Amino acid sequence: MSEAHVVLDGVTRVFARAAQEPLHALGPIDLTLKRGEFFAVVGPSGCGKSTLLDAIAGLSVVTDGVVRIDGQAVAGSVPPGVGVVFQDDASFPWLTVEDNIAFGLRRQGVDGAEVARRVADALSLMGLTDFARAYPAQLSGGMRQRVCIARTLVLQPRLILLDEPFGALDQQTRLLMGDELLNLWRKTGATILLITHALDEAAMLSDRVGVMSARPGRFLEIVETRWPRDRDSTIVSSPEFGAAASRLWTLLRAESLKAMQHQARAQTV
Amino acid sequence: MKPATRLRIVVLVAAVAAVELSCRSGVIGAFTMIAPSQMVVSLWELLASGRLHNDIARTLTAVCIAFGGAVTVGALSGAVIHALPRLRRTADPLLAAYYSVPVFVFYPMFIVMLGLNDRPKIMIGFLYAVAAMTINTLNGLDRVSPVLLKTARMFRMGWASTTLSVVLPSAAPYLFTGVKLAIAYSFIGVVGSEFILSTGGLGYQIGFAYHDFNNKTMYALILFILGVVLIVNMSLHAWEKVLMARRGLQ
Repeated sequence: MSEAHVVLDGVTRVFARAAQEPLHALGPIDLTLKRGEFFAVVGPSGCGKSTLLDAIAGLSVVTDGVVRIDGQAVAGSVPPGVGVVFQDDASFPWLTVEDNIAFGLRRQGVDGAEVARRVADALSLMGLTDFARAYPAQLSGGMRQRVCIARTLVLQPRLILLDEPFGALDQQTRLLMGDELLNLWRKTGATILLITHALDEAAMLSDRVGVMSARPGRFLEIVETRWPRDRDSTIVSSPEFGAAASRLWTLLRAESLKAMQHQARAQTV
Repeated sequence: MKPATRLRIVVLVAAVAAVELSCRSGVIGAFTMIAPSQMVVSLWELLASGRLHNDIARTLTAVCIAFGGAVTVGALSGAVIHALPRLRRTADPLLAAYYSVPVFVFYPMFIVMLGLNDRPKIMIGFLYAVAAMTINTLNGLDRVSPVLLKTARMFRMGWASTTLSVVLPSAAPYLFTGVKLAIAYSFIGVVGSEFILSTGGLGYQIGFAYHDFNNKTMYALILFILGVVLIVNMSLHAWEKVLMARRGLQ
C-alpha cells in the first residue's frame, strides 16, 4: 500500500464572480493517496471539500496546480477507472434498480451475460436483491444511496470518490453502511477518498483523515488512525477511537468557528 | 373503483340523463338541442354513410401536422432558449405574454400569405400549440437535477448520449404535459379556424350545419370531436399516470 495512486501538487481553485472579488475556495493543496488507502477529508462547512473532490474527479478544472492519477494529469474529464458517489440522490428515477446498476456497464458495451452476473453480485452485496425490479421512488433514501454506490462499484473503479454519501442517513444506518463500505473496500482493493462532515465516520472508516481549514481550504493536519485493515463499526467503543475523534474535533473546532463567522459576515454584507 | 372515480361517473351520467330528459320532455326545444341519444344515432348514421369522411380526414390531418410541428419546433426552441441564458432573459416575458395574443386575428393575414387552403388553419393550430411545448420544455430542462448531469460526466458520456439517456428521460414528465397541451391547442386552433373561412373540415361542417338549422348533423359532429379529444387525452393521461407512479410523483 505504498505506491502513489493519486498525487495533488499545489491544487488551487479560485472562482471568478461577476462584480465581486474572485472567491478563493481551495488550496494550494499537496496530497498523495497511496494505492488501496482509505482516506477521509473533514472540514468546516464551505471549506472546499466538494471542490477538492470535483478537482480530483475531473469534474472541474483547477485554477493552479495539477492532479495526477496513476501519473496521468487529470484534465477536465473524469479519467477511466474513477467512480464517484454524490451526496444527493443520483439514481435515475425512470429506471429500475437493476437497470440503474447496469447503466454504466451497458454504456461500456459489456456483454449481456456479464452485465447480468455483475448486477446480480452487486444487488446481493448491497442487500438489494429483493428490490431489483423496484423503481427508486419505491425505496428509502438509504436504499437509493446503496443503488448509487452499487452503480459505481459495478464498474470496478480503482479510485472511488465519495462525497458525503451517507449525509442523509440516520446514525445507525450510517454505521451499518460504513461496515458495508469497509467490506467493499477490502474486497475490491480500491483506493477510497471519502468526504464527510461526520468526525466519527471519518475516524472509524479511514486509514488517514485530512482535516481542512476554513476557506480557502488547506490541510491543517493529516491524522493517522492506525486501524487494522479488517476493522468494523465495533471500533467506535474502543478508547483509541475516542482519542482519534477527539483529536479531529480539537483541530476542527477553531476552524468551524471561523467558518461560521465568515458566513455571518457574508450574510450581513 | 375509487370513490372519486365513482362520483365522477355518477355526476356525468346524471348530467347526460338530465339533458336527455329535458330534450325528450320539451323543456329544451328541438331547435336548441337534440337529445344525447339522438346525437349518438345521428353520429352513427353520418359515419356509416361516409358523407363526412373527407372532412374528418382533413381536420385530423391538419391537427396532426400542427401538433407534430408544434412538438418538434417547441422542443427544439425550448432546448435552444434553455442553452442560451441571454436569449432566455429576452424570451421569458414574451413567452409569458404569448397567450394574451388572440392568434385567430391573424387568420385573414395567413390566408393572404398561404392561400385559401388548409395551411392557414394548420398555422393557427401550430401557433396555439407551439408555445405550450416550448414553455414545458423549458420547465423540464430547468428541473433536470445537476447531480444527474454530474453522474453523466462520471460515466464519461458525451453531449448526445447525455441528452438522450439522461436529460430527456429526466425532463419527460414536463415534456409530456407539453405534448398533452399541444394536442388540445392544435384541435382548438384547427377546428376554430375551420369555422371562420375554411372550405372544409369538421369545424366548417359544424358551421354549415348550424346555418342550415341541421341540428342532427351539428350535434353529431360536436360529439365526434369531443369523443376524439377525450379519447386522445384520456389515453395520454393513463400513460402519464403509469410513468408518474413509477417515479413516485403520484
